[in-house]
Amino acid sequence: MPMSRLEKKANEAKDKKAALGTDIDLETYEPESEDYGEVEALDMLPQEVQQAALNAGVSLSGESSGNYFQLGQSAVHKETSAEGIELIDIGTALKKHDYLKDYFWKLVPIDTDKYTADVGRHPPAGYFIRAKPGTKTVFPLKTCLYMGGKNQRQRVHNVVIAEEGSDLHIITGCTTPSHAGRGLHLGVSEVYVKKGAHVSFTMVHNWGEDVEVRPRGASYVEEGGSISENYITLTPVKSLQAFPTATLAGEGAVASFNTIMYSRRGNIDIGNQTILQAPHTSAESISRVVSTGGEIINRGRMVGKVPEIRAHVECVGLILTEKGRIYSIPELDGWCGGLDMSHEAAVGKISQDELEYLMARGLSADEATSVIVRGFLDVEIKGLPPALKDEINNITKLEDIYGAS
Amino acid sequence: MLSTIAGIPRYEVMGGSIIFKGEDVTQMPMHERAKLGLGIAFQHPPTIRGLKVKDMVTLCNPKADVEKILKDMDFEDFAEREVNKGFSGGEVKRSEMVQLLAQEPDFVMLDEPDSGVDLENIKVIGRAINVITQKDLKPRLRTKSGMIITHFGHILDYMSTDKAHVMIEGTVVCSGSPVEILEQIKANGYEGCVECLCPA
Repeated sequence: MPMSRLEKKANEAKDKKAALGTDIDLETYEPESEDYGEVEALDMLPQEVQQAALNAGVSLSGESSGNYFQLGQSAVHKETSAEGIELIDIGTALKKHDYLKDYFWKLVPIDTDKYTADVGRHPPAGYFIRAKPGTKTVFPLKTCLYMGGKNQRQRVHNVVIAEEGSDLHIITGCTTPSHAGRGLHLGVSEVYVKKGAHVSFTMVHNWGEDVEVRPRGASYVEEGGSISENYITLTPVKSLQAFPTATLAGEGAVASFNTIMYSRRGNIDIGNQTILQAPHTSAESISRVVSTGGEIINRGRMVGKVPEIRAHVECVGLILTEKGRIYSIPELDGWCGGLDMSHEAAVGKISQDELEYLMARGLSADEATSVIVRGFLDVEIKGLPPALKDEINNITKLEDIYGAS
Repeated sequence: MLSTIAGIPRYEVMGGSIIFKGEDVTQMPMHERAKLGLGIAFQHPPTIRGLKVKDMVTLCNPKADVEKILKDMDFEDFAEREVNKGFSGGEVKRSEMVQLLAQEPDFVMLDEPDSGVDLENIKVIGRAINVITQKDLKPRLRTKSGMIITHFGHILDYMSTDKAHVMIEGTVVCSGSPVEILEQIKANGYEGCVECLCPA
């Protein structure tokens, strides 16, 4: 599709409200951001930026297969040390690779809503990652999307292509300095998993209390491929709404979603859906959400289009305080006979038996609550390399997050 | 009764008081009683999702030699398992013993440690109770003690006890040598105790 037609569609959708989430007035955010230039090495970034990245689970030291760092709209640093991996900014990639037009805006329609339209109507910023056929990365590619200025509107468009038989692990930390104040993050991510490829895609949102977030993600998995998508938010955000879609298009493809949300205040509407449209595909969506005052809508949707598929949704929530809301919505949509779809959902409080059990071993009520909440959020995420697991464990073990009561 | 002494909040003391180490603990919160040295093995403990056995042992006592305790209880294979998740009856009991071995309470309470457990596990559990209550030391050197509730007495073949009490409807009706009392109960049942107290 020529760009002009994309532009036309984007323009037409510029006021189109999103299907889910509170509506945001885009005009109240600055349309442009300053140019931050480039840095040669990540340790040349200001200390405050490095610390914010670390808080979002992206340690800039330590082993990685590559790094990408975006400040506002500027790709200030990108490098890759792994053979067979390309990691560049999307603007450069579009100029360099003509084939990219077959991937760009193909999974997420540009006219989905005014947020995708806004991303599409401005010069693209974001990362392009491609693993050549058969490339196996062990260490994660670490990427960080950092929003620095007040009233900033950050627009990101990422494209990931895992070619046949490749393994790719990506962790993206989305973050802002503590004093940044009001901001809006719009992020489009399109992930292509080719035949027999395996991708883990982990997003950690660590925003400020006055930041609104509207990611729009989709992935497409071919025969024998797998994707593991993980979404983690442990710090307060004004509002976050995301509902990424995975399409299992080839026989035997597998999708696994893990969602971990902790909300003290603010409004989170998070979920995911998987379209199972090829035989012997399977999908699992597991979410663990905790509210100590915030509102969380927790969605998990499976669409079974053909027989011989398996899908399971698990939406489990804990409300630890008198106020707070968790609305769990597991949805199963079967289009034929011969499929196997199931769900379980629960919203509740911490069990008294569990509290007493730990207190009998000498833990105070608060300590016992922390241990139980930490365990509750400690989802065993399959398919991740140990280095990435360690990163995630560090995030979910930050003691200050669990000042529960 | 054990739950009340341990301080489980839903049990209320209607009369009398609980004195432990010379201190009135009747109103003391549960975890403070545990810190003071009261320990309890649960008969049906809950699963703690996401908490590994080895981490639970450290929570019981940060200074505990986790590896040694797990090895002694032949529980090393469970170190990475979630506490009580999918455990059999015997495994639950061993898990409880592992935690108490770490906690090192001065007074340990065990509710039917031999119920629903095979012979092999009863041996291991009996051995653990002897360690917790310092049966390897000379009596005058011991500083720890405990109380076991048992209906069948199988555990007594694998551990040593000093005194037995028979409790019927909340009242201690008989006290004496554990071996003697158990033999009487085996021969005459608990009805024998009732008859003994209220001869026709």
